Amino acid sequence: MKSILTVFLKEVRENLRDRRTVLNTLLTGPLMAPLMFVLIINAVISRELDKAEKPLPVPVIGAEHAPNLIEALKQQGAQIKDAPADPERAVREQDADLVLKIPASYAEAWRKGEPAQVELIFDQSQRDASGSVARLRGMLESYGQRTATMRVVARGLSPTLMKPVVVASRDQSTAQARGGMMFAMLPYFFILGAFIGGMALAIDTTAGERERQSLEPLFANPVPRSQILLGKLGATTSFAFTTLVLSILAFSVAALFLPTGKLGMSLQIGPRFALLTLIVMLPLVFLLASLQTLAAAFAKSYREAQTYLSLLMFVPIIPTLMMSLFPFKTQTWMYAVPLVGQQVTITRLMRGDPVAMTEIALCFVATTAVAILVYLVTARVYRSERLAISA
Amino acid sequence: MIELKDLHKAFGAVKAVDGVSFTARDGEITGLLGPNGAGKTTTLRMLYTLMKPDSGQVLVDGIDAAADPAAVRRRLGVLPDARGLYKRLTSRENIDYFGRLHGMDEAAIAERREALIKALEMADIADRRTEGFSQGQRVKTAIARALIHDPKNCILDEPTNGLDVMATRAMRDFLRHLRDEGRCVLFSSHIMQEVGALCDRIVVIARGRVVADASPEALRAQAGTHNLEDAFVKVIGSAEGLAA
Repeated sequence: MKSILTVFLKEVRENLRDRRTVLNTLLTGPLMAPLMFVLIINAVISRELDKAEKPLPVPVIGAEHAPNLIEALKQQGAQIKDAPADPERAVREQDADLVLKIPASYAEAWRKGEPAQVELIFDQSQRDASGSVARLRGMLESYGQRTATMRVVARGLSPTLMKPVVVASRDQSTAQARGGMMFAMLPYFFILGAFIGGMALAIDTTAGERERQSLEPLFANPVPRSQILLGKLGATTSFAFTTLVLSILAFSVAALFLPTGKLGMSLQIGPRFALLTLIVMLPLVFLLASLQTLAAAFAKSYREAQTYLSLLMFVPIIPTLMMSLFPFKTQTWMYAVPLVGQQVTITRLMRGDPVAMTEIALCFVATTAVAILVYLVTARVYRSERLAISA
Repeated sequence: MIELKDLHKAFGAVKAVDGVSFTARDGEITGLLGPNGAGKTTTLRMLYTLMKPDSGQVLVDGIDAAADPAAVRRRLGVLPDARGLYKRLTSRENIDYFGRLHGMDEAAIAERREALIKALEMADIADRRTEGFSQGQRVKTAIARALIHDPKNCILDEPTNGLDVMATRAMRDFLRHLRDEGRCVLFSSHIMQEVGALCDRIVVIARGRVVADASPEALRAQAGTHNLEDAFVKVIGSAEGLAA
């Protein structure tokens, strides 16, 4: 027991003196992902909000053919502008989101009571413009509706005649759930953070030690190799866990700066979220540390170990991708699968969906069992004769 | 005291060690001489329980290494062929780490560490991080850390490898010093002159077998020559892989 602590303390002390490792654990791991995430989400949300509130610039060709329509659009917040000379090209080259074209035949058709056509020129592949297009379409349709209603009333009929079916939308997603959809990637960032935080130590304590030729003298000490391994895993796990705690903190702070409220969302990132997330992540962090150490034990050099671990980094993204591409209904067995269980738990906690304590326990116990299994495999590799031989 | 009895170890088809037996006694320096690739390092690795012999027995102070490897390691101070240090730790911290792994208390570690630093004349580097150490400074640190627990038996694999003339002389003095303290000193070398100058007993290994095991005088008599180096070449059958 004392030997485990000795190895643990030495690894922690030695790695705290490595500036690159410390930066990875304390800064890059926890901060990079949340920062990128917040910047992107913030940019997307603010742009959408901006567009919804701002007056919509509408370049119009032939405004003089439909003064009433133009007036109605202005009242709804459109800003009528002169159209560019070549509207099709202007839209294609993104000089304008859209152009409204009112043909000369409009006034004639209107007077006769026939459908009067206007043309909306836009580029469907330009996703940025789709909000503006939808807004203008809505304005045009509401003008059409109003005119139709007035015409029907003028002929002495009830305007309800024109609406045989009425659709009322009742969105069942809660505000938290809408927020959760945007944050489906969040669990992956936590797992990735833990992975990055432990990576340097997993390599340094095994492949690095062998490359420096210090593993053989270490094994000449009267300490069972399993205890040496436990001390090293403990140090790797601590660094990874530190990264995780910091990234949860960073996200909690970052969430304050997201204008989620304006979109009618709320995220449940508080002490309860942090605590339960740490509980379900703890065995996973140990599992990842063991996996990293196992992979590093097979590598002949530091560089080779880095290659293995970089490949291993893609494993945790698989459940995240599956969950965001195919939004499964959450089922109990999912909690029992490491990575998936954490993904489900964290996502549901954040959305404010109920997670039973039995489900948390299931996730914890199942991941712990797998972690112990991976540890035993790693310990077996550690006992092999070849591990210590450097050359 | 170290006793090796008929050790065998093969890596695939290659018989690295093919029946090695010898005894290294307390208060003597035993030299393991052999050309590069003769099986010296593999023999020593089996002795300090890093490898398991395919057959044969290792006894250290009468304890069977197969039965109680931890007890054997406690009685050995080992300077392996691989002598990497932790470069972000100082010399002292490197030494202390091994002391703690031997389960020593801090007072005992401090006392023994300072004695070794004095004996190895390394006070000037003791508080420097080992990154950028010269070969000699590295070996001194590695020896101090190997002997921190005051072991009765000292095993050194090519201890003078890569050392300059002054450092080599100091190393030889240090080995004699260990012997005079009554320890069992076993070291390997491929340098004939070094073994001749230092050893009370010489074990010559070639192709995984012991080809001679005697005192320097007896070895000279055995080969019928006054020159020890000629005697070595004669018992091995070739000078390849040796150094004068």
